[in-house]
Amino acid sequence: MLNPRSRVELEPVPVAPPQTKVAIEGLKMAFGDYVAVRDVNLRVGDGEFLAIVGPTGCGKSTILNAIAGLLEPSGGSVSIGGDPVAGVQRRIGYLFQQEALMPWKTALENVEIGLTFRKVPVDDRRAQARAWLAKVGLRGMEGRYPHELSGGQRKRVQMAQALITRPEVILMDEPFSALDIHTRHLMQSELLALWQEDRRAVVMITHDLEEAISLADRVCVLSAGPESSVVGDFKVTLDRPRDVAEIKLEPEFTELYRDIWSTLKREVEKSHAYAK
Amino acid sequence: MPTRNDRLAQLLLVVVFFGGWQLATTVGWLDTFFFPKPSDIAIQIADWIVSPDFYKHLFTTLSETVLGYVIGTGLGVGGGIWLGLSPRAAFVLDPFIKTLNAIPRVVLAPLFVLWLGLGIWSKVALAVTLVFFITFFNVVQGVREVNPAVLANARILGASRKELLRHVYIPAAASWILSSLRTSVGFAVVGAVIGEYLGASAGLGYLISQAQGNFNPTGVFAGILILAAFVLLIDVVLDFVEKRLITWRPKVEQARAT
Repeated sequence: MLNPRSRVELEPVPVAPPQTKVAIEGLKMAFGDYVAVRDVNLRVGDGEFLAIVGPTGCGKSTILNAIAGLLEPSGGSVSIGGDPVAGVQRRIGYLFQQEALMPWKTALENVEIGLTFRKVPVDDRRAQARAWLAKVGLRGMEGRYPHELSGGQRKRVQMAQALITRPEVILMDEPFSALDIHTRHLMQSELLALWQEDRRAVVMITHDLEEAISLADRVCVLSAGPESSVVGDFKVTLDRPRDVAEIKLEPEFTELYRDIWSTLKREVEKSHAYAK
Repeated sequence: MPTRNDRLAQLLLVVVFFGGWQLATTVGWLDTFFFPKPSDIAIQIADWIVSPDFYKHLFTTLSETVLGYVIGTGLGVGGGIWLGLSPRAAFVLDPFIKTLNAIPRVVLAPLFVLWLGLGIWSKVALAVTLVFFITFFNVVQGVREVNPAVLANARILGASRKELLRHVYIPAAASWILSSLRTSVGFAVVGAVIGEYLGASAGLGYLISQAQGNFNPTGVFAGILILAAFVLLIDVVLDFVEKRLITWRPKVEQARAT
C-alpha cells in the first residue's frame, strides 16, 4: 500500500509473502508428435530458489528454455514479473550445463560481454567484469582464454558472465553436473554465497536430489517423460545460510531426502521401464 | 623437432639427389635436353635473380596471388555467412553451387583472358574462382556448426542479430577460414600461375611458358624451383600469421582444424 503522506511515489516495496516472479500456467512443450511436458503449473516467488528434479529425459530443460524464451510453448503461458514471455529474454541469467563461453574471448571479455551488448561504456564494464572475476575467485585470470582454464574455473567465469547483468531470474540447467564431486561441492557453496548476497529468483534443474535439497527453498518433482508434469512439491525448511558440506548430516535433511525420494524413485523406475 | 642427425640426413638426400643428377647428365646417362644439368639450372636462377626484370615477374605473380586470395576469401566469407544463416537460400542455391564447383576452373582461363585481357585481372579472376569455393564451404560449415549453447548464451546475454554475427558467427567461422588458409593460398598461386601460363606478358608462369616456347628446359626447371621457393616463403609468412591470429586456440591443434 502506498503511504498517502509519502512525498515521492516510490515503487511499492514487496513484503512477505513474496511476489510471484515467474508464473508458468498449463505449460505444454511438444516437438512434433512428441509431448515432452504438459500441464505444468509452477510459481516462483521473488527471491525464491526453486529446484526441479526428475528422471533423465523428462523434459526438465525444455521448461527452462520456455522461461528463457529460447523455445516457444505449444500451449499454456509463461510470464516473468507479470509480463508474458515472448522471444529471448534479456532479464534472465542462464547457467548452461554445456560449455557456453566464447572460446575466442578471454575470461574478462566473456564476463563483460552482457554489458557490451547493453552498451555500457568500456571503462565501466571492464571495471565491473574485473570485480566479478575477483568475486568468483579468478583474480589474475582476466587474460586467459577458456581453454587455458580448468572446468571449474570455466564454470566460475560462466557464473560471473550470467550474473553481471543483474538478471531478475536466474536459470540453471544442471550447472555443475560435468564437474568432479569436490569441485561441485565447492561451486555449490560459492553459488549459495553469491545468491545470498543478492537474492534473486532461481530455477535450477538437476537430477541430483542432494544438490536440490542443499541449495533450494523448494523442490519440485517432475514425472517420467513423455508428457511429464509436476508430481510433487516440497518445501525445504533448512535454515540459511547453509553449509553445503555439513547440511547433509542433519536429520532434517535426511528426512526430506527420504520424503522426496519416495516420490522421485517411482518416476525414475518408470523412466527406466519406458527406456526398455 | 628435428635433431642434428635428421638435418644431416636431409642435407645428404639433397646432395645425393642433385649430385646424382649432375653425375648422370655429365656422363651422358640422361639427355640434357630433357633433364638439364643442375649446375645450369643454378646458373639460370642466378642470372634471373640478378636481373631487375625478374622482380617484375615475381611481383606480378605475388600481386595476382594476394589479390586473388583476398577477393576470393572476401566473397567466400560473405557468401558463406549468408548461406550459412539462411537455410532457405542455401537449399535453393545448392544445385547451382555444386555445378559451378564441379567445373574444372582451368577451362575458365581462356574466358577470363577474353573478358579481362592479358593483364593481371584475368589471373586474379582465375585465382578467385579457385579460392572462393574453399573459403565458402569452410565458412558455411563454420557458421552451421556454431556451438548451440554458445549461441543461446549470447542471445540471452542480449546480443542483437548484428552482434551475434560479430561476436559469435564470424569468430567461429574465422577458425575455419584460418585452418583453410594454407590450402586456399596454394590455390591462389595455382590460379595465378596457370593464368600466366595460358596467356600473359609477365609473371613466373609466363617465364616458364616462355622458356618452354624457346625449347629451354633449363628455364622451365628454374621456374619450377623458384615457384616452389615462392610457395615455401608464403608458407612461412602464413605460419606466423596463423599463430598471431588464433591465440585463443589450444596449442595442440583441435582435431577439426585439419
